[in-house]
This record gives sequence, C-alpha cells and structure tokens, in this order.
Amino acid sequence: MKAIITVVGKDQVGIMYKVSGILNDKHVNIEDVTQTILQEYFTMIMVVKIDEAKAGFHEVDVALHEMAEKEGLSIHVQKEEIFDTMHKI
Amino acid sequence: MTIYKDVLETIHMIEKENLDIRTTTMGISLLDCFGRDHKAASERVYDKITRLAEKLVETADEVGEDYGIKIVNKRISVTPIALAGANSTEEWLLYAKALDNAAKAVGVDIIGGFSALVQKGCTASDESFIEAVPYALAETDAMCSSINLGSTKSGINMDAVKRMGPLIKKTAYLTRESNSFGCAKFVAFANAVEDNPFMAGAFHGVGEAENVINVGVSGPGVVREALRGMDGASADEIAEKIKQTAFKITRAGQLVGREVSSRLGIPFGILDLSLAPTPAIGDSVAEILEAMGLERCGAHGSTAALAMLTDAVKKGGIMASGHVGGLSGAFIPVSEDNRMIAAAEEGCLTFDKLEAMTSVCSVGLDMIAIPGDTPEDTISAMIADEAAIGVINNKTTAVRVIPAYGMKAGDKVDWGGLFGSAPVMEVNRFSSSQFIQRGGRIPAPVHSFKN
Repeated sequence: MKAIITVVGKDQVGIMYKVSGILNDKHVNIEDVTQTILQEYFTMIMVVKIDEAKAGFHEVDVALHEMAEKEGLSIHVQKEEIFDTMHKI
Repeated sequence: MTIYKDVLETIHMIEKENLDIRTTTMGISLLDCFGRDHKAASERVYDKITRLAEKLVETADEVGEDYGIKIVNKRISVTPIALAGANSTEEWLLYAKALDNAAKAVGVDIIGGFSALVQKGCTASDESFIEAVPYALAETDAMCSSINLGSTKSGINMDAVKRMGPLIKKTAYLTRESNSFGCAKFVAFANAVEDNPFMAGAFHGVGEAENVINVGVSGPGVVREALRGMDGASADEIAEKIKQTAFKITRAGQLVGREVSSRLGIPFGILDLSLAPTPAIGDSVAEILEAMGLERCGAHGSTAALAMLTDAVKKGGIMASGHVGGLSGAFIPVSEDNRMIAAAEEGCLTFDKLEAMTSVCSVGLDMIAIPGDTPEDTISAMIADEAAIGVINNKTTAVRVIPAYGMKAGDKVDWGGLFGSAPVMEVNRFSSSQFIQRGGRIPAPVHSFKN
C-alpha cells in the first residue's frame, strides 16, 4: 500500500537519517522524496510503499510518531488514496 | 510538483482547519420489532440495536485512525418509533428507555428516531405519542426526538402544530434543572428527510433498507480558510472556490464512509455534506459569511451570502459523491457557532433575521434560546412560519428553540460541549393565539400538484 509521509521541523542534523532508519526497520520502500528548507524549517514529503505482510500501516505510523515526539518534529503519515480521491476527478 | 501542493493542502485541512467526518450514523429498521405487547417489543428493539451496532464505534474509530481523519460522532437512527402503535405514556417510555439504554450499551453519542410523521394527520397512537415526548426527553440522556408536521405534498398539519408549543414548554419545564436542555433534543420538521445523518433530527425512514450507513461531513473551517486571500474577488469567483472546496471535503468523507460501511458489511447509504459549526474557534459558518465581506453575521446581505454558500456547497457535494442526500448545505445553529453567538450578543443577529436566513440554509431555526415565559401559541406560530417556508419552497425546515425556564431576554444559557451557549433572544410579543387555535390543515401549495 502506498502512503505519503510529510515531515516538518526545525532543521537539525540527521532528520533524514532518523526517518529513513525507521522506514528501513519496517521494510518500507521509499519511492520518491522531495525536500527543502523553508525559513529554517526542514520540510520533506515522501512517497513510500508499505509492505503490509512485514509491518502494517498503523505500526509504521506509531514508530514514526514516537520518533517525531522525541525529536520535536511534526510527522504525518497518510494513505495515498486520500490524496487521490480529494484531488483527482 | 502539483501533487506536493495537494498533499500539503490536505494535511493543512485536517490539522489546522478542523476537517473531520462529523458523524457516521447507522440507520436501523425496527419495523420487524413492533407488536401488540409493548414490553416485549421494546426488548426486541434493544436487542436489535445492540446486535447490529455492536461494532460501530470500534470500527469507526479504527477507520478514522487509518486514514488520519477523525470520525467525531458515532450515532444511530431508527424507524420512527410512533409506528410502534402504543397508546399510553407508559408504553412510549418503554421504547424511549430501550433506545437510550441501547445507545449507552454500544457507546454511541446519540440515538435518533423517537419520531412521528404527522404531516397530514395524527392517528390515535400519534396523539398519545405527542403527549409522551416531553417525558421521554426528560427521562433519557442520549435520545433525540423529532416530529414532521408538514410537507410540500400534503400541506401543514396545524392541529399538530398547535400541540408543539405545549410540548416544547413542558419539555423545558421538566428539564429546567439543566437549563431546559430537553428542548435541544427535539426538532419540529417540515419536509423531513428520511436519510439525514445529523442530530437531533435523524431517523431511519420507512422507505429505507434494513440497515445502512450514512455519513455526515463538515468543515466550515476549511471553507473559511479557502476564502482567505480572496479580498476583492467577485461573487462568482467565491462561489467557484467554495464549490471546489466542498468537492474535496466530500471526497474525503466518501472514502472514509465507504470504508466504514465495507468493514461493517452494511450498505453505504448517502453522504451528507453540511457545514455544521461547533463552538470551537474557527469552526464557524458565520465566519464564512464574515469572510465574504459582512461586518457581522446578521447584517443586511447575510441571506444572500448564505444562499450562495448553501448552493455552492451542494453543487460541490453532488459532483463528489454518487449518493448525496440528507440535508446537505449549511446549518445555522446559533448556540453552536461562536461567531453567531457574538453577533446575537451584539444585537446584530435577531430572531427575525434568522428566520429569513432559514429560507436559504439547509435546515431552520436551530438552537435558539428564547425567554422562558414565551407563550405556547407563540412557539407554535414560529413553527408554523418555518413550516410554511419549507412547504412553499420545497425544502426541509426545522425548529429547535429552547424556551429556557426562568430566563429572560439578554440572559445567557450554557449547555456545554457541542451544544454551546446562547444569549436568550427577544421574540415578538404580540399574540398569535387565535390563529394557532384554529387548528385544521393548511392545504398543499399549488406547485405540489405535479402528478
């Protein structure tokens, strides 16, 4: 299942490393990444593929949120379906 | 790159602008539960509801979590209970308690359907039902009641309208300890719809299937934000923007609603996109009107602005979902909208202006506190006016007024939570008594004869 992860937070060393580390642990494949710094804020959007046989959507979501809380980041994980239905006719 | 703009827009709608699924309402037919022995029938009602809705709350929460869009309320609507054919207050209370207990057992917020459809006339059983409503409202917590008093096809049942004033006043008295809160759980309708998922007026119509999931989506905050930065835009540009926004909100609701229905194995009924405010800051319909350029909601121009809003919301919704139903449009419940409360307190929003606005909103006079000593016939007359607006204009109208016991104009009533608080509004002090006491029926309008 495809999902979209958005990460926003004060720029610091290792954000990308921490996020991708968790995704690696959960066998989540990163298919696309776009990242920029907007006025000191690290902003990243990832399109990923979750292999539900290895780790479910909920599990990935919880793991990312635990890390986000520790690091002071704001992370959202949403199924791609929701963006498709809202923005495509 | 447009996908990334869309992603951020969606995240923003959910996080900052209160986009949520306001309710998933499970409609349950009780026609097979009714029978001559009302005690046994009320037990069958309880059993059926608790059996079918057992997993509703859990499933809705799971889906909400999976999609990251919260489903705020989980509710149940049932076949209008007046069809049970009971004949005394004691018998009706058996059903009221069965509904209330079932709602509590499965953990839903509210159950609707303690209702009667008397748009053309009352049966003997309906008469006793109307008598029982105030007691049922006073003795239950989670149960809502509604009565349909008129329709474009049948005209207005003025005999029943006459009895609404006493019904509402009695409810206000019986629930005086809680600021007459019982009245907030009762709606008098004209042209009631059978698949409305929103409370207090939801019931599961007799033309409906055995069991169905209806979804109500809201999001006045999202529409408000969409209008930000549109200073100087023309009315048609604003209408277009609202339409596009309504489309997106409805699509999100449709996705989530269908998922709930498929996980529960119950058919998806309709999606109702209604901008329903809550007392939370930024979740206000009045604020949208103000964003359109009115200093306060209630100023001249409010009816036009609301008409455009309701219409644009409906158009966006219709395009986005295969089955749009319910009330779809914009609600204007005074106590539940912080900008409306402010406008009422400043004297900008009056009872009469609200009545005018109900001719173009999707429901009617909603959550309005009026003085506790308002005469019964005056309340019935408000309901007659509102029913007339609905019947003549082919739309649903409703009245949910609360004659707050012991309070007078200018006082403030607070019900807390979703129901908010409201200033007690001045009402017209001249008598409507002779007109109301005539009873009878107002004939159906000429344009209803389309057959």
